[in-house]
Amino acid sequence: MSTAAAPASSVPAGARSGWWEAVQPAARDPILGVTEAFLADSDPKKVNVGVGAYRNDEGKPVVLECVRKAEQIIAGKQNMEYLPMGGLVKFNDLSVKLAYGDTAPVLEEKRVAAVQTLSGTGACRLFADFQKRFKPDSRIYIPVPTWANHHNIWRDARVEAHTFRYYKPSTRGLDFEGLMEDLKKAPEGSFVLLHACAHNPTGVDPTADQWKEMSQLFKSNGLFPFFDMAYQGFASGDTVRDAQAIRIFMEDGHQLACAQSFAKNMGLYGQRVGCLSVVCDNSQQAVNVKSQLQQIARPMYSNPPLHGAQIVTTVLSDPELKEQWYKEVKVMADRIIGMREALKSNLEKLGSSLPWKHITEQIGMFCYSGLTEDQVDRLTKEFHIYMTRNGRISMAGVTTGNVEYLANAIHEVTK
Amino acid sequence: MATSMALNEIAVSSASSVASKMSSKPAMKKFVGFHTVALSTKNASFPSVKCAAKVNMAVAVDVSRFENVSMAPPDPILGVSEAFKADTDATKLNLGVGAYRTEDLQPYVLKVVNKAEQLMLERGENKEYLPIEGLAAFNKATAELLLGADNPVIKNGQIATVQGLSGTGSLRLGAAFIARYFPGVKVLISSPTWGNHKNILSDAGVPWSEYRYFDPQTVGLDFKGMIEDIKAAPNGSVILLHGCAHNPTGIDPTPEQWEAIADVLEEKGHMPFFDVAYQGFASGSLDDDASSVRKFASRGFEMFVAQSYSKNLGLYAERIGAINVILPTADLAARVKSQLKRLARPMYSNPPVHGARIVANVVGDSVLFDEWRAEMQMMAGRIKGVRQKLYEALLSKDKSGKDWSFILKQIGMFSFTGLTKSQSDNMTDKWHVYMTKDGRISLAGLNLAKCDYLADAIIDSYYNVK
Repeated sequence: MSTAAAPASSVPAGARSGWWEAVQPAARDPILGVTEAFLADSDPKKVNVGVGAYRNDEGKPVVLECVRKAEQIIAGKQNMEYLPMGGLVKFNDLSVKLAYGDTAPVLEEKRVAAVQTLSGTGACRLFADFQKRFKPDSRIYIPVPTWANHHNIWRDARVEAHTFRYYKPSTRGLDFEGLMEDLKKAPEGSFVLLHACAHNPTGVDPTADQWKEMSQLFKSNGLFPFFDMAYQGFASGDTVRDAQAIRIFMEDGHQLACAQSFAKNMGLYGQRVGCLSVVCDNSQQAVNVKSQLQQIARPMYSNPPLHGAQIVTTVLSDPELKEQWYKEVKVMADRIIGMREALKSNLEKLGSSLPWKHITEQIGMFCYSGLTEDQVDRLTKEFHIYMTRNGRISMAGVTTGNVEYLANAIHEVTK
Repeated sequence: MATSMALNEIAVSSASSVASKMSSKPAMKKFVGFHTVALSTKNASFPSVKCAAKVNMAVAVDVSRFENVSMAPPDPILGVSEAFKADTDATKLNLGVGAYRTEDLQPYVLKVVNKAEQLMLERGENKEYLPIEGLAAFNKATAELLLGADNPVIKNGQIATVQGLSGTGSLRLGAAFIARYFPGVKVLISSPTWGNHKNILSDAGVPWSEYRYFDPQTVGLDFKGMIEDIKAAPNGSVILLHGCAHNPTGIDPTPEQWEAIADVLEEKGHMPFFDVAYQGFASGSLDDDASSVRKFASRGFEMFVAQSYSKNLGLYAERIGAINVILPTADLAARVKSQLKRLARPMYSNPPVHGARIVANVVGDSVLFDEWRAEMQMMAGRIKGVRQKLYEALLSKDKSGKDWSFILKQIGMFSFTGLTKSQSDNMTDKWHVYMTKDGRISLAGLNLAKCDYLADAIIDSYYNVK
């Protein structure tokens, strides 16, 4: 109970005292806390390979040209009225076309319930709450490792969470046997969280054949596929290719759900634009499911923010802007692929005896370096290099200007 | 064999059965349990299949997990606008959702907002993630707007401010905090109150009950009932209060009544939770509309305050607001802020930047700030004007001597007309006047030209419909 010179006390004797005793300072968020620490560092050589936000080769944030154009187009044109609870309808339509394909049968049959969400986080949370409400005894299976916030989301939604093996440290690749073994043990009716492409934090994705095998297992064992797709287009540079896992499952007739984010692939991080879609039996059920998703959104934020959704809608519905977007997304993906090659070749040139081929085999924004927590701490303390303590390097923060320094530092702490 | 695929589970139609009381569907019980179930589907293509250890492959793929999800009832407030849009009658009037309209009944984007957006476009700012707690410049501005920049609470850092998704999102963060840190503590809400308050508290897992507020006899405040109910609540409850322009009634306590309310809260060790959605919009003055909150702060209360910029800056669509917690020390404020962030992260990670920048730009520029004040006065003034005209129209048409002055005494966007549900239905069905079924009309959707028509509709519904 505070004893500081507080204004006249509002807690008389006999009444509830010390409202706030139980409130401890929360630990720093393991990901977002890294940037906080980086910003506080004054060393000129400092490097931020922490949070997954794209940087250009000068290490600067980028606003896509197609986005700037879209903003000019919409400037002053719209009113600020509340969106419906499910968000901008045209945005939802364009979003699901991007995910499932323009002519996907489920779309033509209107079997997809889609709502605009607060980026990928909001889409996952809405689905987790929906899962809890309608399948309260079901489990969620989460890969090891995964984006840390996945656990927070399903935990706050009070869904029972289990894990399945995913990353194999010895190969720095996929532990496919472990994955299949663990998922075979999941009870029927379990929900499984899958990263559609560019797995975060490892960058390790299943092959098409492995996805197909997983799809068969899900069918035979009655497992529900929930795809978190935060990097469509950003992983390979090709939006169709990056959605192949989803398309494989769709071909096999799964009724899946998908959380999409436009934070990375359209650089709209701070605008919080995403979409949650759920494939249903038929169009009536899609209407029902959408109405229930809205029911969950209403007491969380009432309706989603407009600006980012308008940008996405403008870009995706204008053929020229859409073409420009495809090109810009490929530039980002290619720069990252180039940096992967540079980091690997620098480490090899330095004579590192450790294997580094995983750097170029992994895909997307992140590289799971295999560095230990102690090594990561040394990188920060001695070299002012910031990354999350699981050894995840955000390749988006690597530039031609810092790749040698980074390689050097990694070599120093691992030799 | 036990299966979690309980496909004969009957879905819950609404999180809040209170919110759904307007629905024609009865709230259905949720069936939870583990036992062998017959897998039946409503779809004629799939025959009934007995559920065994492994389900037939075709059925597993083709029958959705969510096949028994029923249609949720339309939102009682937002559903009104949807119904209005579907109506083709020329005389239709939308007095449903509380969004400001001009005299031409058009949506209004404030000029300062257009200017701020133009500035933002010219600057070409980036779109990086905000921190979990939101835009620092916005958080500073919003706390100062609420309490006054020279308020000791602000000077001493005794306030935790986190940008939230407008009023709803800010209330939700506060409610989630209460559920986690004051488990079992009940929140008392006014009867009536904004319908979504109940949903927010329910979904956050916070128990709630009501205190009397609206007196149908006087169409005014049931002050005696309010005080009694707050006194009867267990010591250390949380009391949800509307800072100004009570929604849906438009009835606010007088300054003396606020003091008396504060006395009771102090006596009982209750914590106030203010919902401030209309600061500046109610009277036209930002300071006057914050007087209840400032009074409680100066009396030393620890409290929650949720703010929204939807109405006063017309930023409905951009979801900008804040949750504030006023505390005895700066250290506590830091701890509480860190825990609010932990609640926000698994909800949406970090809040949207656009609306926050608009507010920060308007408040941060003295010219724009003055222009904003003028536009707020204009909006509040227009609403006072239609209240006056409506009152005069009712007086001239209704010779029974009924006291319609509550229209003038109530403040803000809404008026609680005292019409019952069937009378409100008549307003819609016969007169194409769209309003919520609790008798609430949004004066923001009324113009001088329609006051006569509305008066006719009200008089007809009040006297001719039971």
